[in-house]
Amino acid sequence: MSNFIPSRELPKQQPQSQTGAQGSDPESNRGFFSDDERGKVLFGMTSFLTSESLVFAAFFVAYSALRFSSTNFLPAGVSLPNFDTSTIIDTVVLLSSSFVIFLAERALARRKLNLFRLLWLTTSAMGAFFLSGEVQDWLKETLKLSTGEIGGPFFIITGFHAMHVTVGILLQTIMLIRSFIPHNYDKGHYGVTCVSLFWHFVDGIWLIVFTLFYLWR
Amino acid sequence: MTADNTIQSTDTKRGEDSQSGYRENWWQYFTFNKDHKVIAIQYLVTSFTFFLIGGLFAMIIRGELVTPPSDLVDRQLYNGLFTMHGTVMIFLWIIPSLVGLSNFLIPLMIGAKDIAFPFLNALAFWMFPPAGILLMASFFLPSGTAQAGWWSYPPLSTQNPSDPVLNGQLFWCLSIVLLGVSSIMGAVNFVTTIVRLRAPGMTFFRMPIFVWSVLSAQLLQLFFLPSLTGGVLLLLCDLSLGTNFFEPFRGGDPVLYQHMFWFYSHPTVYVWALPVFGIIAEILPAFSRNPLFGYKSVAVATIGIAVISATVWAHHMFTSGTPMWMRILFMFTSVLIAVPTGVKEFSWTATVWRGKLHLDTPFLFALGSAAMFLFAGVTGVMLGAMPFDLHVHNTHFVVGHFHYVVYNTITVGIFGAIYFWFPKMSGRMYNEGWGKLHFLLTFIGANLTFFPMMPLGLQGMVRRIASYDPQYQWWNVIASFGGFLLGVSILPFIANIIYSWAFGYKVSDNPWHATGLEWTTTSPPPKENFKEVPTVTLAPYSYGRPQYSTVDSTDEGAVRRHHR
Ligand SMILES: [Cu+2]
Repeated sequence: MSNFIPSRELPKQQPQSQTGAQGSDPESNRGFFSDDERGKVLFGMTSFLTSESLVFAAFFVAYSALRFSSTNFLPAGVSLPNFDTSTIIDTVVLLSSSFVIFLAERALARRKLNLFRLLWLTTSAMGAFFLSGEVQDWLKETLKLSTGEIGGPFFIITGFHAMHVTVGILLQTIMLIRSFIPHNYDKGHYGVTCVSLFWHFVDGIWLIVFTLFYLWR
Repeated sequence: MTADNTIQSTDTKRGEDSQSGYRENWWQYFTFNKDHKVIAIQYLVTSFTFFLIGGLFAMIIRGELVTPPSDLVDRQLYNGLFTMHGTVMIFLWIIPSLVGLSNFLIPLMIGAKDIAFPFLNALAFWMFPPAGILLMASFFLPSGTAQAGWWSYPPLSTQNPSDPVLNGQLFWCLSIVLLGVSSIMGAVNFVTTIVRLRAPGMTFFRMPIFVWSVLSAQLLQLFFLPSLTGGVLLLLCDLSLGTNFFEPFRGGDPVLYQHMFWFYSHPTVYVWALPVFGIIAEILPAFSRNPLFGYKSVAVATIGIAVISATVWAHHMFTSGTPMWMRILFMFTSVLIAVPTGVKEFSWTATVWRGKLHLDTPFLFALGSAAMFLFAGVTGVMLGAMPFDLHVHNTHFVVGHFHYVVYNTITVGIFGAIYFWFPKMSGRMYNEGWGKLHFLLTFIGANLTFFPMMPLGLQGMVRRIASYDPQYQWWNVIASFGGFLLGVSILPFIANIIYSWAFGYKVSDNPWHATGLEWTTTSPPPKENFKEVPTVTLAPYSYGRPQYSTVDSTDEGAVRRHHR
């Protein structure tokens, strides 16, 4: 079917698929992605993560701006968030889980289903370990939401990040359950790839959060 | 296959296809349906309902302003009404109605079966009515709705008269965050669809300008909406959790909120305006039988507007203690936008220039929108000039300029789009006479309402006040009269659309003899849009070439013929 009814110049080259018989000729789709389900999903996920990272960016900018300009950033007698070995352990566990999920994905690509499940579950467990450490950090913390310009940003930003970790674990659980459905991966595993991307994103964000609250003393 | 027999062949195949379409299955509009065409109608009808509610608020405001003293509604309600009017019109009418149109048109225009992620699309829609209802519900709270204007600047918005949780401002924040999440889903969907789902042969420079516009607008949503969502989330924390982000009394920075707010809320004006520019670029060529003038420059200008619009936000903050270097920088970038926007105005003018004009309703609305945008744009450049803005800041001049953008350009353009694609959506034709009446009332009413705000602003009448100095009454009475006329102007539209959806006569698949891909399928389109995936061979807007044109050179009344 032709369509954009003809115009200023005739086509230099007749399209190969004038009758619209797709699929029979692989060349007819060259340069176009209509049937590339994996590419579509990954593109959508990347767009979403770009947008989501900008919400974090908005928070980071707000925090940094307040830190530079506020007269009441750190009220007298208050110290910056508590930084001890448990924070470092949490950080190491979360960041290395990125590597574990990478191995899990590779295992799946090689169709080693059980190894995939094991590594996938390990990732979730490492995430859960991080979360519990985070909650303990909050409970130990002397800062409050209303403490100067440090309390609010600290709890809101780490809380927002922890929310993302939680969502990541939930998504991983769904993927784990789905891995038991027979023939689940016959058409590829881009759901797993997306969750993995999300997890890398959550880890990357933590690096910035860690820098802003623990390294920037 | 040539264009002529495409139309013929689909004409004969109509019947069952369109019968099983969308009119008979009215109940599907109330379900979680994943078809982009159904979601489009859901968006359009829901947002139009909110448009009526927002319009009602506007008319109460205009009623209050007929006389100088504050006498019609109490001041608290008045503050709530202008806050809700702005919020409803922007977040519940303009944005979702354009999302509705984009939903219907984008897959059809690029030859796709549906939007990239249909489930996400339906989910995004179903977050929209609850957000609207939440906003409306705040009228029933003991302390009423949010009252700090649609910007919700702290510290005014964090005054919190009654309760840290049950207050209108919190409802406002939650509603905006919900709509923000929904819009991000929509943006992911649209961008992915346009980049990944184009039919074979549909290269970027063969996309209709409407598709370019939606791509630019949705990229803006993707990159800038996070700033507003983040800012409003922090405002919500200040309001209800006791944090101090924006509280000046506790060391916070209210200007920071203004930056976060306008960093999105200036670009968002282009999220609304660009698709409307796209609509104009679709309609003008079809009714003047001329190709769109300078297609490539217009496409590039669309992207250009989107890029520059990201760098101008602080022109809303010239009076917020902004340092002089920033004021000058932002003045420069703001005025720079006039260049790509001017490219569009010239393109429209050149398109209709010496064309064979068919003055049908969609064309009247598109031309009216383009013409009134000139006025909106010129007053916009005036406001971008910082020395001038310092004098008229927060006056009715700004309100007048803004309404020339949002009503006279954008809303008028949306009406044009609804008339233009109504045959495609319903398979039926609207009533031309009533459509023209709608246009006439709209055009007169809109100018009567919003023009008087310019002199009022120049004379110093401040915005958002319920009582004013008697010297301003004359222009206010005219504006109020125009406002009520605008209220009346909607009636023929509603009657026309409802009647025509049910009883309008059936039309061929391409009643306007337009060239877009969407006109090559049946009206309404079948479930997967096209019987077979179309292969695109040529650029859009190939009007006025006699050897290819479907009509016109031989039959002058061809477009009109279908109005019998
Ligand atoms: Cu602006």
